[in-house]
Amino acid sequence: MAAESWQRAEIPGPKKALVMKDPKVAYAMIKRAKHPVLVLGEFADEMKVGDGTLVDYGASLHKATGITVVATATYVKKLSSLGVEAPWMPLTDVGNRLVDESFEGFDGRGVHDLALFVGFRYYSAWLILSGLKHFAKHLKTISLDRFYQPHASWSFPNLRQEDWERYLLELSNMLGVSG
Amino acid sequence: MSKRELHLKIDELKTSLGLVKGLEISIGRIFEETWEEPVGPTPFPGIADLREWDRTLLRRYKPFYMPFCDVCCLCTFGKCDLTGDKRGACGIDMAAQQSRIVLLACCIGAATHISHARHLVEHLIGEYGRNYPIDWGPEVFIEAPVTRLVTGVRPKTLGDLEDILDYLETEVTHLLSCCHTGQEGDNIDFESKVFHAGMIDQVGMEIADLAQVMCYGFPKADPEAPFTEIGLGAVDPTKPVILVIGHNVPPAADIMDYLMEKKLVGQVELAGICCTAIDVTRYNTAAKIIGPISWQLRFIRSGIPDVIVVDEQCIRADILNEAMKIRAPLIAASEKAMHGLPDRTEDDPREIIDDLVSGRAPGAVILNPRKVGEVAVETALKVAPLRKKFKVLPDASELVEQAKRCRKCMECTRACPNTLPIPEAMEAAAKGDLSKLEALYDLCIGCGRCEHACPRGIPVHSMIVKAADRKFREEKYRIRVGRGAIRDTEIRTVGRPIVMGEIPGVVAFVGCANYPGAGRDIAEMVDEFARRNYIICTTGCAAMSAAMYKDEEGKTVYEKYSGIFDAGGVVNCGSCVSNPHIAGAAIKIASIFAKRNLRANYEEIADYIINRVGACGVAWGAMSQKAASIAAGFWRLGVPVIVGPHGLKYRRMLLGRKDRKEDWYVYDARTGEKVYVGPVPEHLFYSAQTKEECMVMIAKLCMRPSDTTKGRAIKLTHYIDLHKKFFGRLPDDLHLLVRTKADIPVTMKDEVLEALEKAGWKEGEIGTPDPTLVKRLVGVWYKR
Repeated sequence: MAAESWQRAEIPGPKKALVMKDPKVAYAMIKRAKHPVLVLGEFADEMKVGDGTLVDYGASLHKATGITVVATATYVKKLSSLGVEAPWMPLTDVGNRLVDESFEGFDGRGVHDLALFVGFRYYSAWLILSGLKHFAKHLKTISLDRFYQPHASWSFPNLRQEDWERYLLELSNMLGVSG
Repeated sequence: MSKRELHLKIDELKTSLGLVKGLEISIGRIFEETWEEPVGPTPFPGIADLREWDRTLLRRYKPFYMPFCDVCCLCTFGKCDLTGDKRGACGIDMAAQQSRIVLLACCIGAATHISHARHLVEHLIGEYGRNYPIDWGPEVFIEAPVTRLVTGVRPKTLGDLEDILDYLETEVTHLLSCCHTGQEGDNIDFESKVFHAGMIDQVGMEIADLAQVMCYGFPKADPEAPFTEIGLGAVDPTKPVILVIGHNVPPAADIMDYLMEKKLVGQVELAGICCTAIDVTRYNTAAKIIGPISWQLRFIRSGIPDVIVVDEQCIRADILNEAMKIRAPLIAASEKAMHGLPDRTEDDPREIIDDLVSGRAPGAVILNPRKVGEVAVETALKVAPLRKKFKVLPDASELVEQAKRCRKCMECTRACPNTLPIPEAMEAAAKGDLSKLEALYDLCIGCGRCEHACPRGIPVHSMIVKAADRKFREEKYRIRVGRGAIRDTEIRTVGRPIVMGEIPGVVAFVGCANYPGAGRDIAEMVDEFARRNYIICTTGCAAMSAAMYKDEEGKTVYEKYSGIFDAGGVVNCGSCVSNPHIAGAAIKIASIFAKRNLRANYEEIADYIINRVGACGVAWGAMSQKAASIAAGFWRLGVPVIVGPHGLKYRRMLLGRKDRKEDWYVYDARTGEKVYVGPVPEHLFYSAQTKEECMVMIAKLCMRPSDTTKGRAIKLTHYIDLHKKFFGRLPDDLHLLVRTKADIPVTMKDEVLEALEKAGWKEGEIGTPDPTLVKRLVGVWYKR
């Protein structure tokens, strides 16, 4: 449960992510947000959660909550087959849009106030979240990945695979995803 | 440099000293009077001279910063916390600090190439004299296009190169001084300086390659450059083996000379890692290439090298330790990397050889390349029978025992740049299954951090290499050696189809080997785009990686495709310092095809390139500061660069916003009218996270406002086809790229039209002017 960078040399600070020791924090933040977005990383279709992958997980969150989903890799077709017409946008472009307070949103419904990241290469998320931490004051970020991301506003600590899956499933249950 | 405050042109002047005709002077420089082409507006530009051009680019391609560190620790005011809106004690903010660090990196990169060039030129002047003429090769009349473009001079002799180096050294000093506390404070001005560093870096590299090509007899602009072998399997391990590592070729060339002089070629193997390997095979194809920079540990630990010679750049800092482990003497041949060894340059070679062979000395600094040649060869001959290829890779039986010691603490994975699942592989190996360890071999970048992290001292990297022993030893491929420049005649052939868009693009695969996955990704991307009739250029470690994969017929991309700079060609230009040949090709298109003046006319040519020449660089494994400055040189010239995921660590991207229409207007050079041309090219510096994303983006970044309808249709065909292949659907931005219905690829007409209709596309909204970003150029070309 340590709040330390997964990659040893990635020393963060002074400002570091608050640790979510419990998925209730993420739930509360999502419920409070006016316009959240879920950004799926390049490994989202390789990372297992329950009976599926993070892509299945993202699709289920979208269906339950209506949260906007953005895909950053090739699984957009799978998302489509799951009934989610998510835009594909490269990660660097996603970051560059999110820092912009006048951005009209990935769904055209206005600027996002909360961005959730999951399914990323560790250092890529580390850097994009750093950009957002410093230059996107209007935005809160949550890392739902398995390892602590210090540049997010909130992050899980470093978790064992089974604990991480449990957290994610608890979160989706709280958000109304059915069994 | 301060100049051009006075620019004087004299057609004829009678003085007491005599008659002067056709003299043109800028302060500090005397320009050649016999060259018909007039001097352009920016000869020997200083930091501020191209600032407006830089700002034009940076208004469209704004920096997106990703700080690697929240603090600044460059002076004793600090550390200063720069998080968010905070400023440091000196007043700097986070944006400026990030650009400042990028500038520092680019200054290091540029200084390294310029210093490399300086050493080469000084050494070669010592060998051949200042008046040794420059001969770039057949059918190359615009020799040194980057140097001409930047400085306004055309070097004719080795001595002329020294004068240009004086200018470059001055500029890099000025640029470095801008990083000092209390100097520049604006992030965009820092970025402009980054571009300046990149531009002078290109000149430095061009000079280095120019000098070595002409003096060492490398292939000169030769599309039929010979083949050589690459891979560990290319080396006969039963022979004495000399390993050269680095970038500066004189010591390696002198080793080859000594081998030839003593008729030992074929009896002693000369093999290289990194760019020295590329360049020594340009010198003599009897030399072999082991592989990119990341092959250092694995090859040394195999015990095959009997003597290791390092020159400069990209050498492991722990090279002496690694050499000592296998009892191979180390010769340091450059003052830039002496590794704590005693300077034996003035000693009798026999004494040095005795000390190295007997083991009394682990190595020596020898700053005389000719002496390096003798000492390396004679030492290898004597030490090889004593060493008996002593290696530090574990035996197969030891692998299982070592793996059993693993406690799966994950420290290796947490240290690994690519987060490789080493503990899982160890667990399998402990049970006798080495397949998972072997599978890591292709993904490992060879840094060795895993071993330093292991609390139990397990030799993780060595175990990975040993588990892949057979694969490793059987690595043997064929690569066309670096050909040097592109011929003017080749440019004449392809200039029009490139500018019209009918050749869909020029794609350069360059840079280091810090790949996010397997190096074969490079070979696959090269193959994909060569098959699609793009022109492919390669240099450096990427040129090597492109060769290290065979298709079903057992051919590498160099065997499969021609070496001609033409559609479907795969052109290995050479080492890192050969990168300016790629920039030079773009510049020569403007000069040869479009008849634009080249001389000291940077802004106009860069404006031409960004609007008309569909070129894109890919540095998939970019790692070094040199890679940063090389990229910066391409940015200022208007060539977009894609890096792999590790490239995000350069701290900022330069990204366009296709959703902001106002960013994509150009002037119509005929009328001065401002015309919307769509987001092409969309980005200037961009990190792709996957190979698939990279390929789609390459196709997209080769689009230019000047594309003809036929050209745009061809480019769209590749963009759409790749997008559908990898993402399973049409791109969502076709309405920003299709200008008229004639742009739509015929075979995709129905589905594209349907997508356009859904997006509310209107024909003609995107214009096809004669595009320029520079207002002063409106009408100029038509007057000419």
